Amino acid sequence: MTNDAGLLKGRIMPVLTVVAAILALWYAAAAWMNAPWTLAQAERAGKTLTLSEIVKDTMRQSRPRLPAPHQIAAEIWKTTVQKKITSKRSLIFHGWITLQATLAGFALGAAAGIVMAILITYSRTMELGLMPWAIISQTIPIVALAPMIIVVLATLGVEGRLVPKAIISAYLCYFPVLVGMVKGLRSPHREQLDLMKTYNASGIQTFFKLRLPASVPYLFTSLKIGIAAALVGAIVGELPTGAVRGLGARILIGDQFGQPIQIWAALSAAAILAGALIAIVGLLQRLTLKRMGMAQ
Amino acid sequence: MKAKEEKLRQDASECPRETVILARNLDLVFQTADGPVQALKDVSLDIARGDFVSFIGPSGCGKTTFLRVIAGLEEPTGGEITVNDLTPDEARRLRAYGYVFQAAGLYPWRTIAGNVKLPLEIIGFTRAEQDERVKKVLELVDLSGFERKFPWQLSGGMQQRASIARALAFDADILLMDEPFGALDEIVRDHLNEQLLKLWERTGKTICFVTHSIPEAVYLSTRIVVMSPRPGRIHEVIESPLPRERPLEIRDTPEFLEVAHQVREGLKAGHGYDE
Repeated sequence: MTNDAGLLKGRIMPVLTVVAAILALWYAAAAWMNAPWTLAQAERAGKTLTLSEIVKDTMRQSRPRLPAPHQIAAEIWKTTVQKKITSKRSLIFHGWITLQATLAGFALGAAAGIVMAILITYSRTMELGLMPWAIISQTIPIVALAPMIIVVLATLGVEGRLVPKAIISAYLCYFPVLVGMVKGLRSPHREQLDLMKTYNASGIQTFFKLRLPASVPYLFTSLKIGIAAALVGAIVGELPTGAVRGLGARILIGDQFGQPIQIWAALSAAAILAGALIAIVGLLQRLTLKRMGMAQ
Repeated sequence: MKAKEEKLRQDASECPRETVILARNLDLVFQTADGPVQALKDVSLDIARGDFVSFIGPSGCGKTTFLRVIAGLEEPTGGEITVNDLTPDEARRLRAYGYVFQAAGLYPWRTIAGNVKLPLEIIGFTRAEQDERVKKVLELVDLSGFERKFPWQLSGGMQQRASIARALAFDADILLMDEPFGALDEIVRDHLNEQLLKLWERTGKTICFVTHSIPEAVYLSTRIVVMSPRPGRIHEVIESPLPRERPLEIRDTPEFLEVAHQVREGLKAGHGYDE
């Protein structure tokens, strides 16, 4: 074991350095982009401002072109901790709406990806018939497809927003799972498959005792990509469709009412949510692989 | 089936040197992108119960291919072969042999005990019998106490021993080994060779052993099959005059060196024309 403090420093210092650099750049960009409005206001009022007055003003506009980080942080604080979670203005409320659709879409998409991967692994016909369509499905922009999915489902009598959002989310999320799982199910090499043959193992035994466990590391890697894609899908499902609830709706409404700070707060909340979801899948991955003896 | 088994039993009682594997004029041609490749040509060989037969030769001589044909993993394109008087495929379905591959090939997600259990689970032994057999074969390969370890926690030599235990766990009386110690260093290899001989003596199994080490082949075998490449064929079969009891020191005796010399000459004559 090396020095723990040294290890911590070695890991955390680079991260902190990058964060500090981003913040510095952000503040500089905010001052640069918001200054014209400050100068125009001053000119209209017939005042001349010193440089420090200009910089100070660019950090506290109510509708800046680029909000400063502390303004976004304050907005997040105001709309999470200081609001009841049942409030329409609470980010936690909107985040929960989006999270529900994300998790439903993730479950649906991951299940679809795994089932398709099994079909493709075992059937040459399925591979030829399914794979091209799976690839084509990912070349269609989701923003073009999302309104159609919502309209079609509404025509079919599906009530509410959750189902169409989950389907859009699943549509984005199944593909990485499919690709990763096909690779994982095909990862046993020839000797491992021959070994099963020498035992006269059945196809089902080979699947459960060899292919499936061999695919687990691949599965988790693609689940991490999948859950991020599912969140993007849920937000996209809220964007072009006049939804009033969810992080996507917050972004849309902020845009319509000219509230950049609100947009950025919702964006940051989505990023934090994505980070948390990936971290949870990562933790499950570590625990599972450790249990299986595959993490050294 | 019944009749065949009956015949087998009769043969066993009538003749002590019962033939387990019988190959006659075997041919095997692989169709590759570069045209057909003759992997085996006119291979004929009898292997008797309890024999320890080594196959030695340069790469491309078909020694591994022949082992795979015996195992029913490769279909010959000509000639005849029987294993326990059955076709190799029938023998495979009855789990007539245990196969040890060049790489230990243990499943990383199973413990050592779990890996040895794999064939037992597939064949369908009861839980109690599985545990009992695992205990027995791990003792046999000197790995007691490592049941709960994962493969990566063991050295290469120990992993290969575990894979031999896996092949011994069920009741196959033939052991097919494809360069099982090829990736190990010489000290570990010596040790494993010694253990393998003891194991062979205790279990009375018929062993087919592919190697490209002359000392290994001479030390282990009752018969050494020297093969030559392009097309893969048997150049010479050398009967070893060495006793079945073989301490490691036997490798310094004139008898041992004489057999080794014979094998080396055979290898030279077998593929001298293209080098």
